[in-house]
Amino acid sequence: MSQSAFPRFNLYGVRALYLFEMNRFRRTLWQSLAAPVLTTILYFVVFGNAIGSRIGEVDGVSYGAFIVPGLIMLTVFTQSLSNASFGIHMPKFSGTIYEILSAPLSAFEMVIAYVGAAATKSVVLGLIILATASLFTTIQVEYPLLMFFYLVLVAFAFSLAGFIIGIWAEGFEELQFIPMLVVTPLTFLGGVFYSIDMLPDPWRTLSLFNPIVYMVSGFRWSFFGTGDVTIWISLAAISAFIVLCMALAWWIFRTGYRLKT
Amino acid sequence: MDPILEISGLIKTYADGTSALKPIDLDIRRGEIFALLGPNGAGKTTLISIVCGIVTPTSGSVRVDGHDIIDHYRETRSRIGLVPQELHTDMFETVLDTVNFSRGLFGCGRDDDHVETVLKGLSLWDKRDQPIMNLSGGMKRRVLIAKALAHAPRLLFLDEPTAGVDVELRRDMWGLIERLRETGVTIILTTHYIEEAEHMADRIGVIHNGELILVDRKADLMKKLGRKYLTLHLQDPIEAIPPELKDWDLAIDETGQTLEHHFSTEEEQTEVPQLLREISRIGLEFTDLNTRQSSLEEIFVNLLQERR
Repeated sequence: MSQSAFPRFNLYGVRALYLFEMNRFRRTLWQSLAAPVLTTILYFVVFGNAIGSRIGEVDGVSYGAFIVPGLIMLTVFTQSLSNASFGIHMPKFSGTIYEILSAPLSAFEMVIAYVGAAATKSVVLGLIILATASLFTTIQVEYPLLMFFYLVLVAFAFSLAGFIIGIWAEGFEELQFIPMLVVTPLTFLGGVFYSIDMLPDPWRTLSLFNPIVYMVSGFRWSFFGTGDVTIWISLAAISAFIVLCMALAWWIFRTGYRLKT
Repeated sequence: MDPILEISGLIKTYADGTSALKPIDLDIRRGEIFALLGPNGAGKTTLISIVCGIVTPTSGSVRVDGHDIIDHYRETRSRIGLVPQELHTDMFETVLDTVNFSRGLFGCGRDDDHVETVLKGLSLWDKRDQPIMNLSGGMKRRVLIAKALAHAPRLLFLDEPTAGVDVELRRDMWGLIERLRETGVTIILTTHYIEEAEHMADRIGVIHNGELILVDRKADLMKKLGRKYLTLHLQDPIEAIPPELKDWDLAIDETGQTLEHHFSTEEEQTEVPQLLREISRIGLEFTDLNTRQSSLEEIFVNLLQERR
């Protein structure tokens, strides 16, 4: 038997897969950046300026600034889900998954590469949206480090969820199903454009069952020091979501569900 | 010398109950070219996919270079290169990028000299900056081979490597396979072109309905299962085989002018002279004679027919 020579961590493999995904992002840079930025500008024009000027302040913050964290989260949710799900679904669809599955990569390494690349793109997009928003309204980030950490955490969590959707989906319709029909409605009802304190009961209580509320609230807390729930509850919620997604990913790789026959 | 690939009691049963592989036992020797033949759906690709880690085995063990494919998958996969049957590749990538990507994926650092050698060996060097989608089908297949060779594997699987390629490219591929063998790479190929196996393989395995029905050296297989044909062109046509020759395995064609005798390669030394003497003795004149040996294809078809 030949001596064992392969390193315990396939750094070159992770790097290759990560750069491959980032290269795909670079190739489609125009679509990847233009669509979310344009959408966000429209939100600012419609909600921030046209409607926001009549609302005044929410929780002591101008409405234009109030919606910035929510809009960033909205983009990060949708882009993380779509980038990660597409990243793993395309090789399945085109058949090139054979090379990934036959490579000396562990499930963990594969997740790091795919989810890491998708999360990187989302973080970059989130920061670009923040920069764009600052052209429309005055924004002060009270806890910038926490804001960045939280952004990375959410991007990672939703990229992980997207990765799972990409494996689960058998076609492009299924790929869009959860982001369009589950995540987008929950996001719009999750306090992106309003504080849930503005809702009458029972809607306020019902909103607390929407996990997106905790994600948006936490991010808003890092900007203004206030949110619908405390930052610790938000961090606990996002951590629980990551643990759930990791458990699902672990199960997928253990069983080979929709990856291996 | 210990085998590079040891397959023992390998079974694959799919979730719907389809038995793709019955217990398979097979050892592949280092440095040999092994051709795995079988009709569509026989289990060739399933077998390869299990060894490469793409399909999960139901039971049994597979060891590559002494390492178990499940427990030490990094060791085994880093030694294996796979050229799939279908042209699966990222069409937007350039040739050079996709080959470098494969090399990295298999845990190897950048090595421009090695990649250049691989690309030049496959006549792809001039196309290195071309997106794959701009290449012809034959060139795309070369790219797949380059990707499989990017990490310098010791065991190379070629699943139908020349399917759909033109004659010239097929000859090029054969040349490449020979050169790879000279560098010590063990090659397992599946093919529908029996001529390909006949031309290149050291040993041949025949798989049918998930069962490995035969494994032998090509030369021994041809000798044991091969048939020879002696054809005599008679001077004058005959209506029936003369009674003196009825014990010989003879057939006449519709014109009555061609007499054909089938015999095994092992009987060659004794049968032919004896038959010719007998024909001469009864006064049957012939103007020409020739012999030919059955091809591997005929042996393969006969084997499968016997199994049906």
